[in-house]
Amino acid sequence: MTTGYNFAYLDEATKRMIRRALLKAIAVPGHQVPFGAREMPLPYGWGTGGIQVTASVIGSDDRLKVIDQGADDTTNAISIRRFFARVAGVETTESTTEATIIQTRHRIPETPLREDQVLVYQVPMPEPLFKLEPRVRESTKLHALAEYGLMQVKLYEDIAKQGEVATSYNHPVIVDGRYLMSPSPIPAFDNPKMDMNPAIQLFGAGREKRIYAVPPYTRVESLDFEDHPFRPIRAPHACALCRSTESYLDELITDDRGGRRFICSDTDYCAQRQRT
Amino acid sequence: MMHAEGLVLRFGAVAALDDVAMEIHPGEVLAIVGESGSGKTSLLRVLAGLQPVQAGSVVFDGQEVLSLSDAAKRRLMRTEWGFIHQNARDALRLDISAGGNVGERLMAAGARHYGRIREETAHWLRRVEIDPARMDENPRNFSGGMQQRLQIARTLITRPRLVFMDEPTGGLDVSVQAKLLDLIRGLVAELGLAVVLVTHDIAAARLLAHRIMVMRHGRVVEEGLTDRVLDDPRHAYTQLLVSSVLAA
Ligand SMILES: Nc1ncnc2c1ncn2[C@@H]1O[C@H](COP(=O)(O)OP(=O)(O)OP(=O)(O)O)[C@@H](O)[C@H]1O
Ligand SMILES: [Mg+2]
Repeated sequence: MTTGYNFAYLDEATKRMIRRALLKAIAVPGHQVPFGAREMPLPYGWGTGGIQVTASVIGSDDRLKVIDQGADDTTNAISIRRFFARVAGVETTESTTEATIIQTRHRIPETPLREDQVLVYQVPMPEPLFKLEPRVRESTKLHALAEYGLMQVKLYEDIAKQGEVATSYNHPVIVDGRYLMSPSPIPAFDNPKMDMNPAIQLFGAGREKRIYAVPPYTRVESLDFEDHPFRPIRAPHACALCRSTESYLDELITDDRGGRRFICSDTDYCAQRQRT
Repeated sequence: MMHAEGLVLRFGAVAALDDVAMEIHPGEVLAIVGESGSGKTSLLRVLAGLQPVQAGSVVFDGQEVLSLSDAAKRRLMRTEWGFIHQNARDALRLDISAGGNVGERLMAAGARHYGRIREETAHWLRRVEIDPARMDENPRNFSGGMQQRLQIARTLITRPRLVFMDEPTGGLDVSVQAKLLDLIRGLVAELGLAVVLVTHDIAAARLLAHRIMVMRHGRVVEEGLTDRVLDDPRHAYTQLLVSSVLAA
């Protein structure tokens, strides 16, 4: 293969730097580690943080799956898959079971992950306190002192004003009883999948130049109140294609007379079920 | 409960505090009076661990406050202490509800039961004479007096033992000031709070304080029981301060 690039695009020194950040992130679960993010040949919204993390951990015998909102066939997912097929010559797959590395935006696959798998999240905004405390020095201090009352106040406000917690995406979590972490904009429905997951979960934020991680079998709890417990919500329907009543559903408008269909957001999961 | 000595704080050539000592006992209200620039706010900030000094010591419950870690100071400020700012807007979060403001300290202290937080918050709103029906309103449009009462509820809800107040009635209408002072007096007596009260207002000091410290140019010029200091001032500067109030 003569691409003119180093294996997996990034040079070895950059990969080592990112791996050091990853090791630190794994050692302090949920803690954001700054890293010297590189310019990538893709705009930020395309998941440059996730791509750099994947590039740093991928080996020639890995099999890569890329999903965007659960789907393998969006432009974003296809380009990232092609990118790695070209610069690393790795095999790609759409199957969750066959993949060794899964890079994702906005979803966790429905099929349970295993110990030999790595899930890489693309993160637009790593700081869960960002909206409440925009001053970075102050939010860093709040993390250092584990002062997370402010986040609880935000949930309080949601309930007081809307009767329920309004964060159906990006619902904040506490990792290993210590750090407040943004799960990236996955649906709250996916939050419980992060808890005690056998796979390694790595998070890369390119624009904000942060990496964080959840090691295998780590406690991940969604913030809530005793009398308003966290609820992982899904649309109360069966998938129109595979009839699943357990998977996370996307709502599709089927015509201009208000017709709607609910189908699995995880295309691989849905296809597997249709086949069997 | 708290005592300090030898406090020296300089800003360039200005000595904001020049060898200041003080002490306060549980349940006691100590007023610090003096003209503008005399070092009152500086002293309050030093006592509360918010301002480092060049020399001196502040001891609270047997521990040296000035050498506590940031984390330990913040913990004290969330639990044992409270700080009432002159301008309520500096202390309140104007983008969250009145109830959220009052409940914040409970949540910071680990409260995780929404219903109980609401109950406790409603109780405290009532105590500062704010209708609990306004709990979910944003305090941005509350009057100055209401905002100040909200700040008081927000601070006292976790039952601190020592409260620092910097001109709590400053900037309010005179009629509002009188009502607020009455409210503070009631709460302080009921809760047995120790208060270090910084004020320009000799009348407020007379109403609330057990003891008075008079400051000038960063030094304590006179100190004693409130009635004694106000009725029989010994230092010429105190005499001037007291007589200017009578004249006004
Ligand atoms: N951060 C600072 N930088 C420089 N000088 C300061 C600072 N803070 C206070 N000072 C000075 O220290 C002196 C004491 O100020 P301080 O604010 O303690 O007075 P005060 O008695 O609270 O006055 P006021 O009644 O006007 O609030 C003043 O000369 C003030 O200008
Ligand atoms: Mg002042």
